[in-house]
Amino acid sequence: MMSELTLTVLRLGLLVGLWAFVFAVVGVLRGDLYGTRVNKRAAASPNRPSTPPQGIEGRRGKGAKPARPSKKGPTRLVVTAGPLSGTTLPLRPAGTLIGRSPECALVLDDDYASGRHARIFQDDRGTWLVEDLRSTNGTYLGATRLTEPREVAAGSVLRIGQTMLELQR
Amino acid sequence: MSVVSSVAPRSGRTTELVLTLDAVAIVGLAYVNLGLATTGSVPPGLAALGLGYLGVALAFHVVLRWRASYADPLILPIVTLLNGLGLVMIHRVDIAEGRDISDGVALRQLMWSTLAVAIAAAVLVVVRDHRLLRRYTFLAGAVGFALLLLPLVPGIGNQQFGARIWIRVGSFSFQPGEIAKLALAVFFAGYLVQTRDALSVAGRKVLGMTFPRARDLLPILIAWLASLGVLVFEKDLGSSLLFFGLFVAMLYVATERVSWIAIGLGLFGAGAYVAYLIFGHVQTRVLLWLHTFSPEALDTSDQLAKGLMGMAAGGMFGTGLGRGRPDLTYLAESDFIIPSFGEELGMIGLFAILVLYALLVERGLRTSLGTRDGFGKLLAAGLSFSLALQCFVVVGGVTRVIPLTGLTAPFLSSGGSSLLANWTLVAILLRISDHARRPLPDPAAGSAVAEARTEVVKLP
Repeated sequence: MMSELTLTVLRLGLLVGLWAFVFAVVGVLRGDLYGTRVNKRAAASPNRPSTPPQGIEGRRGKGAKPARPSKKGPTRLVVTAGPLSGTTLPLRPAGTLIGRSPECALVLDDDYASGRHARIFQDDRGTWLVEDLRSTNGTYLGATRLTEPREVAAGSVLRIGQTMLELQR
Repeated sequence: MSVVSSVAPRSGRTTELVLTLDAVAIVGLAYVNLGLATTGSVPPGLAALGLGYLGVALAFHVVLRWRASYADPLILPIVTLLNGLGLVMIHRVDIAEGRDISDGVALRQLMWSTLAVAIAAAVLVVVRDHRLLRRYTFLAGAVGFALLLLPLVPGIGNQQFGARIWIRVGSFSFQPGEIAKLALAVFFAGYLVQTRDALSVAGRKVLGMTFPRARDLLPILIAWLASLGVLVFEKDLGSSLLFFGLFVAMLYVATERVSWIAIGLGLFGAGAYVAYLIFGHVQTRVLLWLHTFSPEALDTSDQLAKGLMGMAAGGMFGTGLGRGRPDLTYLAESDFIIPSFGEELGMIGLFAILVLYALLVERGLRTSLGTRDGFGKLLAAGLSFSLALQCFVVVGGVTRVIPLTGLTAPFLSSGGSSLLANWTLVAILLRISDHARRPLPDPAAGSAVAEARTEVVKLP
């Protein structure tokens, strides 16, 4: 007969193997708890090249961007007050949609926001504009309510319902 | 400062391959352990059986790479492990009963597994989009109800162990309720996605819950009567609970109304109580459940008591594969396979198995959350809930939480119909998860057709 020691090692090894498998599965699954990736980043990184070198333009999925974000304009949108306070998202030249609808780039959890509330985009000349999409409660740039697309720059403060947004470089 | 960006899902096929190999390795380890404990030598068929099982799992993996490359990467490894552990335990009971491997239940189960995997792969290849199933909503409903009631047909219906849930044609016996589970999930999903607005909007508020109008109660009453029919005429609490629970859960998922659960539980409780008062066989089940160790109960059946004693003998770490006596319990390889595992792998091993079931159900519900169409959401939620409910009924039955019923533990228990149905269920879940996780084509990139210039094909 086999020695009892071998059998005990095998028996406990099987239990360890089972649980190791369970933990491996849970490890893969962990990514599921966060549908989005949250990257910690230093407050300011001025040395970061804002345009990628030509060599990696043709990378998979990225494609060639016709209009690069200009150096002067704002590059990201920061929520400074409201339920999503602290959230940052990069501005896209094609336009960043803000509202309660899930199709928006910034989905607000705010009872005073409309489904498609406002849009921040870059026009042909490279200036950044904010446009109210006929929202119920309006979009405020500083203290004035928007009636037509208005130019914005880094440092502009927007208010949508109870949410304050700031454009940053 | 944090930056939120959405992550494109990875297909995870390599993860799946590695975990599937792990699963097969664990099954192999269990088989070697069993051989060493019972005969003192490594079983001679290890290479053939191990490579055979590995081949089956890898073949399914290749089909996934080919036809559902974004399907959930965790479902196949979990199912491979559960099915393999079931095979080892069935083989273990074979050894205890003195059956050789060539005429044992385990080899038959392995053949059924291979057939089930082949059918599941065929489902993945044929059903390219789960929304195709919606076309057959009412056909699936008719087939489901027919299968559920088929064992009542005289001539082919067959009563075994006090429940009439088998059909027998010649020497071939089958449990149609398992397939009915799939057909009914398709039917409920297709039906509820059409009618859920009517079922969820109108109603009056009592005790903080919105109750539906009386006329909207008709579908749930029909389902209730059908499930009571199964309970009374087929004498099977398990199928009845599974079928009615599936309907109520999908109704809840479709309408987000807690009142449906209250109504469903109330109706089932009342129906079961009345059945208890009227029918002798229900009273026997309840006696076995509540007073398992009383002399009257032990006279009727000591199966449940022996199963409990087996689990107690296993304790925390178990006796080790091949070192317990699971065969003392009647049906240790099918209905009582959970106590067999509890005895030989102990509570630690049994809980690993239960966690595997929980993870499998979680993947199904995650698929339901991720998919974009209402039918797919309801179908995935219903299928994974039916797995969860079946595990609850089986494990609850052998641990005296609820009365014992005749359901099988998915993927573990011996039984061809159960394996076929559950592998097909997994194939449908994988199909939906492929649909849910596949990244949308990037609208910014544009399609080749949209960017192509108009071309003059032919000048007159």
